[in-house]
Amino acid sequence: MHEPLIRIDNVTHHYGKKPALDSVSFEMQSGQVTALLGPNGAGKSTLIHLLLGLIPVQSGEIEVMGHSPSAASRAGQWGAMLQSSGVQDTLTVIELLYLFASLYPQPASIDALIEQARLEGLERTRFERLSGGQKQRVMFALALVGQPRLLILDEPTTGLDPAARRGLWDVISQRRSEGVSVLLCTHYLDEAEKLADKVVVLNHGRVLAEGSSDSIKARVPTTQILARSRLDQASLLGLPAVQSVAQRDQRVLVLTSNAAATLRAWLDADAELDELEVKGADLESAFLNLTQDANATELSS
Amino acid sequence: MTPNSMPMRRRLVSYAHFMHCQWLNLLRVPAYSIPTLLFPIMFYAFFGILMNPGAASYLLATFATFGVLGAALFAFGVGIATERAQGWYTLIRATPAPLPGIVIGKWFGAALFSSVIVVSMCAIAAFLGDVRLEQVQWWGLLAVLIAGTLPFCLLGLGLGLMLSPNAAPAVINIVYLPMAFLSGLWVPVSQFPGWLQALAPWLPPYHLAELALHVIGARAGDPWVNVLALLMFSLAFSVLVMIGWRRMLAMTK
Repeated sequence: MHEPLIRIDNVTHHYGKKPALDSVSFEMQSGQVTALLGPNGAGKSTLIHLLLGLIPVQSGEIEVMGHSPSAASRAGQWGAMLQSSGVQDTLTVIELLYLFASLYPQPASIDALIEQARLEGLERTRFERLSGGQKQRVMFALALVGQPRLLILDEPTTGLDPAARRGLWDVISQRRSEGVSVLLCTHYLDEAEKLADKVVVLNHGRVLAEGSSDSIKARVPTTQILARSRLDQASLLGLPAVQSVAQRDQRVLVLTSNAAATLRAWLDADAELDELEVKGADLESAFLNLTQDANATELSS
Repeated sequence: MTPNSMPMRRRLVSYAHFMHCQWLNLLRVPAYSIPTLLFPIMFYAFFGILMNPGAASYLLATFATFGVLGAALFAFGVGIATERAQGWYTLIRATPAPLPGIVIGKWFGAALFSSVIVVSMCAIAAFLGDVRLEQVQWWGLLAVLIAGTLPFCLLGLGLGLMLSPNAAPAVINIVYLPMAFLSGLWVPVSQFPGWLQALAPWLPPYHLAELALHVIGARAGDPWVNVLALLMFSLAFSVLVMIGWRRMLAMTK
């Protein structure tokens, strides 16, 4: 087994008396894309700020490439794109890129970065005059400028149009194939499912689940049934093992913990059941299931 | 491999980039560049040249002090409060950027603005006010005023680390304008009532103005008292900077 790129061991962090992270432990292997998922307030930003050395570790241990976060930061071994960060917005794209390039021992070619981040024609434009999506792409280029071994991306595709989003996915995949490791914090679960080798689900400052997206999905005994039915929502919720019902265009989406039992009863109740489709849970439903279960357990305790 | 701190050559290159960017940044913010450059020069032209031609050289020293005081306080105070809210320092701290680079860059920008102010005033004084100084005095005035911005840069830095971007311009104006007046930068301290005259030496701009007056030959006493006073103020404002810095780190979530 290789030495992990990031090792987080039993990290607990409080803001005043309020716990933000509670005994969080996980490892990230080199060359992987690891997605950090969790609802708002789960502790993702705190964890990223701890990893980047922006706030001191109160309890537990964090190692990045075998060093403390602040030592790794000084070596310029990562590139970060943070939700909570911005730039001096009077500077132009090219001025920002050259400023950041001056901070790293082996900066990337600025021309290549401009092409990768699709910033052609915007070089002389001030940051303040860019659209939201263009700003995101500049921030992404700034994260890449030091040719880092580790990319830490916090909500990198927020505000991007679908084409730009897919373009950024391609760059992330390309970097991964070149051996760059990526810690990806995202709310888009399709993004995590597409890009991540490993998913870590955080909720209320605790690691709720950790593994490949397939293994996370397998932890949730939920099946999705899509069908056109004449039964109303209340009747569908009354079928055995049904957890939730939602309308999807002309069909209904039923989540069930026992597909066979639900389907037998549904067919008995509705002889006109049509356009039937049964599939396993996707990462989004697994994530919702996991976090809702955890919230319910916490409330009951 | 043990991560090393940045090699000196790269450090100097990054300082140069920070200095360049800070200068451009200040120049491109009209709320900073226009009043900072225009007001002191305009005030000196009106009050120093047109209304008090006999005191043109004395008022050159005091209004130039007023000019550099504003350039330093607003570049640091408002600039840092705004950039802090933008998340600029969060991003910079996640890179190997040497932190002094930010301060040196900001100081360079403020110093360049200060130089433009002082040189413009000197030109007005020489060509319109008939002020005659030795060459060494012209250069001395510029050097003293640029070096003397240290405590004001530190005061601005401390306030910028503590204030929100909305509060910073108001608070800095409240500090700047009364401090300038009470230090005798607009009206000589000797024309104040006695109790107000006693207040002036407790304010840092008074000491910088005294040094500037020494340079142009309008003061005869020991200038080291003023140098020492400015150093003491710098020390006190450094404490404010440390408190502000810790506060900013504590507020990072």
